[in-house]
Amino acid sequence: MLADKDRIFTNVYGYQPWNLDAARARGDWDNTKDILAKGQDAIIDEIKASGLRGRGGAGFPTGMKWSFMPKESKDGRPSFLVINADESEPGSCKDREIIRHDPHKLIEGALVAGFAMRARAAYIYIRGEYIREAETLFAAVQEAYDAGLIGKNACGSGYDFDVFVHRGAGAYICGEETAMIESLEGKKGQPRLKPPFPAGAGLYGCPTTVNNVESIAVAPTIMRRGSAWFSSFGRENNKGTKLFQISGHVEKPCVVEEEMSIPFKELIEKHCGGIRGGWDNLLAVIPGGSSVPLVPAAEIMEAPMDFDGLKAVGSGLGTAAVIVMDKSTDIVKAISRISYFYKHESCGQCTPCREGTGWMWRMMERLRVGDAQPEEIDMLFQVTKQVEGHTICALGDAAAWPIQGLIRHFRPELERRIADAGNMAEAAE
Amino acid sequence: MADRYIEPVTADLRERWGSFAFTPAWEEKAKAAIARYPDGRQKSAVMALLDYAQRQVGEETNTQGWLPIPVMEYVAAYLDMPVIRVVEVATFYTMYNLVPVGRFHVQVCGTTPCWLRGSDEVMETCKKRGMKKGHTTEDGLWTLTEVECMGNCASAPMVQINDDNYEDLTGERLDVVLDALAAGKSPKAGTQEPGRHTVEPVGGPTTLTAMVDANHDYRGEW
Repeated sequence: MLADKDRIFTNVYGYQPWNLDAARARGDWDNTKDILAKGQDAIIDEIKASGLRGRGGAGFPTGMKWSFMPKESKDGRPSFLVINADESEPGSCKDREIIRHDPHKLIEGALVAGFAMRARAAYIYIRGEYIREAETLFAAVQEAYDAGLIGKNACGSGYDFDVFVHRGAGAYICGEETAMIESLEGKKGQPRLKPPFPAGAGLYGCPTTVNNVESIAVAPTIMRRGSAWFSSFGRENNKGTKLFQISGHVEKPCVVEEEMSIPFKELIEKHCGGIRGGWDNLLAVIPGGSSVPLVPAAEIMEAPMDFDGLKAVGSGLGTAAVIVMDKSTDIVKAISRISYFYKHESCGQCTPCREGTGWMWRMMERLRVGDAQPEEIDMLFQVTKQVEGHTICALGDAAAWPIQGLIRHFRPELERRIADAGNMAEAAE
Repeated sequence: MADRYIEPVTADLRERWGSFAFTPAWEEKAKAAIARYPDGRQKSAVMALLDYAQRQVGEETNTQGWLPIPVMEYVAAYLDMPVIRVVEVATFYTMYNLVPVGRFHVQVCGTTPCWLRGSDEVMETCKKRGMKKGHTTEDGLWTLTEVECMGNCASAPMVQINDDNYEDLTGERLDVVLDALAAGKSPKAGTQEPGRHTVEPVGGPTTLTAMVDANHDYRGEW
């Protein structure tokens, strides 16, 4: 198990105050000037060497992402860092804990990352529903300004850097990076076509990098302890520590920072008190937030909780939001409710997603009660394939994958419901 | 989102809200919001201003607040934007109320992680008290909405009522919260599980135990 001294988010449960004095006593903002003095390229190299992969779901190497930003502005356009705190993926609840209990890790990370990519400011886009969390974040940013840690000559480094907080107002799609940029510009959050990529033309047409809260908040600690320390955790290509969020049918749901690649069973045994009703009662797990396909009990038990380990069982790490379902679960309803979520959150821009998410949900609701023909299961699968990959952003894919996972692993259950409903109709006649 | 509609602009509505303007307190916040964006990019502040406008309407009507069209027109003029661009934003984001709501907006999360932990019971409890999804009760006290994942999955099920979250709910625990609100009290927000602090495992954290009683500095152990 990861030792407490190697945990980055030491105040994740908020037993201690979030404010600047308390954060400093825990080690935040400790001589940040020295980190910046290493220079932009050295910071990016260190993050690259640490093996940090984006914590928002896609897992793109963070250091490499930063290196895509222009080293100098040839036409006077400034660069921006946008921090994605629009945490809305069902199952995900980690950024909330960072923001309300350890906001200074995020703000210091914003400075370190923003400096490394030569940005003039960071915008932290926090989801609208995080009302109290946003109050904390606004107050923490103000503390950092008042202490001279950000703003003009941030930390006495000679570098000017602003941090602004922008509140959303209820739209899952704004977690998609280009939708987030649209929303920041005061528009509906509908994703943009790529290219141009944000690193070329993002916020206000300026070079922009969008990073998840956790990716940014771990950066100062990596700089202090070194890339070798961070990469000593987890398997090759899956390095570091990670906030896991376990919800659903475990004895004790929680958020906990653990080593990457920790086996599923160990994670649940150590921190969640096991599965409700014992391990034999485990039905399936959605290991990375609602967008990733479910994994049946037998396949998840020993799986390492990391990008590659979960890919190997046909799913993904996503945001490490682990949704556990025991055998009392109506698995078709569980997935159907996720289909409803995507129908609700489709921004309406691309036809396959706008129409497809509603169609798939209605079909799922029929399958839930068995009101279908057996061949319609294949038709549904085919429709998910027509939505997947045919939309501007990944919301269409995210709506398709949970259904594909259900059909892949629970087809007999779907067929049983159809047969039962058919028998009942026959008996009634 | 398709089931949302805009309150029609009647003569009465215009009469009531046509002269809406920010109070000095909200105006100060509006100016601060605009200052967060580069010169000429003031429309980036539209989301903040709509929120402030909705809150001011809430103060004037003793509800959570909503956005009548004349108020959207005021925000559009304030930011030098076409009205339709403001209406687009107000209708796209679910936190803007397009019709009047009650004193308390009870938003029950019904997405899978909350559903697995008993959000059906939470919803039933609301219905037993006379609330109906998408409606405001006769006494103007409660508006009930089922919302999508609110990001409190490790302390599910939960409801958000106006600005506060109530987590780890059962039907009984929600009744206690709602009774308190109806009586004009301020129930404790956050988890309703006795002994639980935030999102640590129930019964106490399995990690970082030194943090429970003291602001422990782990650097000495690095």
